[in-house]
Amino acid sequence: MAIDQKMGKTFAEKILALKSVGSTGILPVNAGEIVTVSPDIIMSHDNSAAISGIFKKIGIFRVMNPEKVVIILDHCVPPATEKYAENHKIIREFVRQQDIKNFYDINTGVCHQVLPEKGYALPGTLILGSDSHTTTYGAFGAFAAGIGRTETAALWATDQLWLKCPQTIKIIITGKLKEFVTPKDIILYIIGDLGADGVLYKAVEFTGETIANMSISGRMTLCNMSAEMGAKIAYCEPDDKTKDWLANHNILTSELCPPTSDPDAEYEKILEYNIDNLEPQIACPHTVDNVRPVKEVQGTKFHQALIGTCTNGRIEDLEIAANILAGKKIAKDIRLLIFPASIEVYKDALKLGILEKLINSGAVIMNPGCGPCLGAHQGILAPGEVCISTANRNFKGRMGCEDAEIYLASPSTVAASAIKGEIIDPRELSF
Amino acid sequence: MINGRVWKYGDNINTDVIFPGKYTYTITDPTQIARYALENLDKNFAKQVKKGDIIVAGENFGCGSSREQAVTCLKYAGISAILAKSFARIFFRNCINQGLYVIECRDAVNKIENGEEITIDFQKGTIISKKGTFAFPPLPDNILEILKDGGLIEHIRNNVKFQNPNINSSPKSKC
Ligand code: SF4
Repeated sequence: MAIDQKMGKTFAEKILALKSVGSTGILPVNAGEIVTVSPDIIMSHDNSAAISGIFKKIGIFRVMNPEKVVIILDHCVPPATEKYAENHKIIREFVRQQDIKNFYDINTGVCHQVLPEKGYALPGTLILGSDSHTTTYGAFGAFAAGIGRTETAALWATDQLWLKCPQTIKIIITGKLKEFVTPKDIILYIIGDLGADGVLYKAVEFTGETIANMSISGRMTLCNMSAEMGAKIAYCEPDDKTKDWLANHNILTSELCPPTSDPDAEYEKILEYNIDNLEPQIACPHTVDNVRPVKEVQGTKFHQALIGTCTNGRIEDLEIAANILAGKKIAKDIRLLIFPASIEVYKDALKLGILEKLINSGAVIMNPGCGPCLGAHQGILAPGEVCISTANRNFKGRMGCEDAEIYLASPSTVAASAIKGEIIDPRELSF
Repeated sequence: MINGRVWKYGDNINTDVIFPGKYTYTITDPTQIARYALENLDKNFAKQVKKGDIIVAGENFGCGSSREQAVTCLKYAGISAILAKSFARIFFRNCINQGLYVIECRDAVNKIENGEEITIDFQKGTIISKKGTFAFPPLPDNILEILKDGGLIEHIRNNVKFQNPNINSSPKSKC
């Protein structure tokens, strides 16, 4: 294949060249090519029990590189049923047998929050995770993609997997967010605009002044939800904000020099959004791309409100909610559940008095974890009930009941709606 | 090199028409699964398909759920390869990892007709049909090896001994 040496490379092309097996990093990789890579980190969660079953079927005894394997229990913690408890038990035994040191038990938090906090999601790393929202770590400048269970078992066994190098779509975001409008509203708007398969199989690079000014927490929300428009990976180029975040979490980065996209790299498309006039957005049942301005569904009644999950369970999100709820009470006929994304977030929220404000408003503070996000436990809906949530999926049955409805919105919208007892644009609540 | 009759379909054939979701937990035996292949798209398919036949389809083949049965049912129905304008990401991965050949070639899909016999040469990267010969970028050798072995797990079983130095050490028993 002819290789045009003049053409610049995207981040995705560069990182896959660097991480391909036997590569010196010099051999170019072009979008569309298939390469065999060796990742830096292999992530899995409660599904590790099933993966260990497949691993055993392969017929080998030892995980090839246990130091690359990170396992976090988060999807149903503490276990709700005997079956889940048994899964956890299988995983603990496997982890012991295989000497997997990077194991985090039920007291740690959601995988997509814990992985960065523990220093695994570094700029320029290749992370493969057995979860569709693995895209989250792109907020730190990692190439992070979701894979299947069989593939995860194969990685445990051989430390190698084939990947097709994706085309890249650049999304430039400019403008300043108005009060009560958050990064969640930006990504909901973009998903509504592009559709659930809008960037299927592509790498998405978020850039522009809004991203430069955005916190890491906001970038994580963007990258997390990119999976809902089909992205293989999402990416924000690391900058001073990335370095500061890592430093604040005591993660050493001194010698990091990650590859970044060249100015003349080839993009499949370049899209631009100006968010100066963006209003709060909401994804209506039962698809994530069914997005409208919150105003259009104002007045919709609901029974449960949820703030948390890997999408919006960080300290910034809880703080937004606490500021709106402080000194107020949630409506009488609704319930509000709070799921801090990790134990670190939980401790910070405790220190800053955020939890107290939330509790006083009538919220229930839950343990860090996925909660009812995937319908396993801790807040399952009853038939006919409606939930407004800060999570990332609203498919039929996602919170356990086929006959329930889920709306997805920002922490500001969910908190304001909890006070009003019906869906409301947070700017319209009189404070 | 494979040779087979073409079953031609359109764009966005999703995993629910390939293998209905209602069967995912009730029908698990591969030969049983094959009987329901494309049930919601083409009632004749499962009855008439022959070993070696080839599916030719439009854009985004296999979109929707990640269920692996959508690949299993086609493989066990006898399909030897799928040629499409494009594939949904997870379906594409599932095919290779389960040993079903996948090719993207827009030109060929536009010209090839339902029911005709075509020949695909994977080493050379060519498709020979009534309307002429079409070229596609050959799959890399390592992918061809996975396909030849019949899937990722089989491939590892065949090769892992040479890669994993820990293969012969038994697990530490600490419990
Ligand atoms: S919080 Fe929800 S979306 Fe995030 S990892 Fe858990 S189940 Fe998945």
